[in-house]
Amino acid sequence: MSIKKVHDQQPESFEFSKENLEVANNILKKYPSNNKKSAVMPLLYLAQKQHSNWIPLAALKYIGKFLSMPYINVYEIATFYTMYNLAPVGKYFVQVCTTSPCLLRGAGEIVKSCQNKISKNQNEISKNGMCSWTEVECLGACVNAPMMQVNDSYYEDLSKSNADKIIDSFLVDKPDKPGSSRNRKNTAPEGNKINGMGNA
Amino acid sequence: MGWEMLKEEDKIFTNLYNQHGWTIQDSFKRKDWSNTREIISKGKDWIINEIKLSELRGRGGAGFPTGVKWSFAPKKLGSRPHYLVINADESEPGTCKDRDILRFEPQKLIEGCLIASYAVSAHVCYIYIRGEYIKEGQRLQEAIDQAYEKNLIGKNACNSGWDLDIYIHYGAGAYICGEETALLESLEGNKGMPRLKPPFPALVGLYGCPTIVNNVETVAVVPTILRRGGKWFSSLGRPKNTGTKIFCISGNVNTPCNVEEEMGVPLKHLIEKHAGGVIGGWKNLQAVIPGGSSMPLIPKDMCETIKMDFDSLVAAKSGLGTAGIVVINKDQDIIKCMARIAKFYKHESCGQCTPCREGVGWMWRILERTARGEATKDDINLLSDVTKQIEGHTICAFGEGSAWPVQGLLRHFRKEIDKRCFSEPTYKKKRKIPYLVDQHLLDRKDA
Ligand SMILES: Cc1cc2nc3c(=O)[nH]c(=O)nc-3n(C[C@H](O)[C@H](O)[C@H](O)COP(=O)(O)O)c2cc1C
Ligand code: SF4
Ligand code: FES
Repeated sequence: MSIKKVHDQQPESFEFSKENLEVANNILKKYPSNNKKSAVMPLLYLAQKQHSNWIPLAALKYIGKFLSMPYINVYEIATFYTMYNLAPVGKYFVQVCTTSPCLLRGAGEIVKSCQNKISKNQNEISKNGMCSWTEVECLGACVNAPMMQVNDSYYEDLSKSNADKIIDSFLVDKPDKPGSSRNRKNTAPEGNKINGMGNA
Repeated sequence: MGWEMLKEEDKIFTNLYNQHGWTIQDSFKRKDWSNTREIISKGKDWIINEIKLSELRGRGGAGFPTGVKWSFAPKKLGSRPHYLVINADESEPGTCKDRDILRFEPQKLIEGCLIASYAVSAHVCYIYIRGEYIKEGQRLQEAIDQAYEKNLIGKNACNSGWDLDIYIHYGAGAYICGEETALLESLEGNKGMPRLKPPFPALVGLYGCPTIVNNVETVAVVPTILRRGGKWFSSLGRPKNTGTKIFCISGNVNTPCNVEEEMGVPLKHLIEKHAGGVIGGWKNLQAVIPGGSSMPLIPKDMCETIKMDFDSLVAAKSGLGTAGIVVINKDQDIIKCMARIAKFYKHESCGQCTPCREGVGWMWRILERTARGEATKDDINLLSDVTKQIEGHTICAFGEGSAWPVQGLLRHFRKEIDKRCFSEPTYKKKRKIPYLVDQHLLDRKDA
């Protein structure tokens, strides 16, 4: 469960754009017609994407109407799951994994980089408005630790120096390319001979 | 060490690192979909029997025999539809194997979905992917689209006469949604809170209908088993612990990696031969978490000989879990490391059961102050007591998953903890304090 701050400045209203309305109607087709409620999670993502990566309360109400479910149920879902942002985040939203496997390989250093470069506290937007950061639990890429997620992408096999460099690239709005920061081949053991690819 | 590496021809996931490409064309070269129609034409009973013969056990953590699970689905399709749900929530710390299947071997999973759906009479399959795996989900969707295009799934899939639709559903960052009934709640559009069992999902699952929930890896190995025969699979590994398995080796090793090996492979072999050895050498090893964060750690002397399979690890009072191996060397503070795991559980408890919701916070706070050397003489017994109060008193196995690692720490590192628990408890300091409060909360602002 997550503790969430709901943003204090809320827009009056929300509705899906014309394209997203079509996307929403296609999402509904995935589920049996009398179980529309199943679409609440994908629709929340859709609203979040449309509204620069955070969901205003008006969108919760709108989705409730859309799916004929009570507002409070939509609110419950939006607060139960950590990935729905109810307050603005930076254009580049940096999520550093600090669970034990990443911690053992230096996740603490990555957190320090974020504190130095983005903002002292989590969920605070950097002075130039580009970035915010937060600590998260295991992101399921532990053999490429330490790592972080930025928007849709994973940045893996980090070290203190290249984390600094990568964060700088977000701050100037020219993001480095995601993946392994030392060009490692996915989850292969480095240096071992692997069938079909020579040395990893 | 007397262990031979898994032969190349016995590997199932030959594209684990994307050496050969992930598209459907590439995967045809790896024999995916080569005789699916023929396999299905042999009938449900044959398929389920062959999987029973292979002794395949679920790869999601609990190790339940897959063939047996499938046979729990009602034989005939009644008035309610059946569902197959694939658990791709992969959130157990130390585990990242399903991710490689989703992005590099998606056709193995999709073919497995068709065969499993047919075996349990499902026409709809949902794949529940953790929300953070955005790219992996997009890749899987591409692969699904490719399979539809070739009519491998959809109406009359593979000309087998069976119809199957596959849909992806993203989670949104809640570990507990990996628990199968919480996952179903989440799919239904509710908070991911586990259900009381029984009834089991096989009879009352998604939308109240018969539902089989399986892990990604479990289903992805099914086509190869049926192609090469249950006997082939059961000839690998050890009795009741058969086949191959993807191991994830993370933490203080020189070359952390995922690797497919035979069940029963010695832990030492995995660490030394695949993961490049412990950082600082084997003598610098402190402990290993063998099966994802929910499984108790094992100390160095046990790591010397332990075999990586379900039964060997249970005998060592641990478990294979998801086969996520986390190596901890002597440069690390073991208590700090376990305190961080306790914090994970505190963050992820769904909050339904009091022993779990409250207990995980207690375990975390006690371990934190132990790590800081601020714990009292009483704390160690209190900690042990809390784990016992959680274990066995909760709706789902998350309770055990959070308590066992702490019990493992107490079992093997008692001395280390004792060294740091020396101060007198607050009640002996003769201060007036309310009853039944975690006393350290009174001393600290941030606890
Ligand atoms: C707290 C908790 C978390 C779990 N997380 C996962 C998970 O992320 N992925 C998974 O496949 N199974 C997970 N499981 C196990 C599932 O409940 C279920 O046993 C499994 O998906 C069944 O598939 P299998 O028989 O193929 O292993 C979890 C169980 C518990 C209690
Ligand atoms: S054991 Fe914990 S996670 Fe499981 S249902 Fe109870 S409170 Fe929720
Ligand atoms: S612990 Fe960081 S990705 Fe798993």
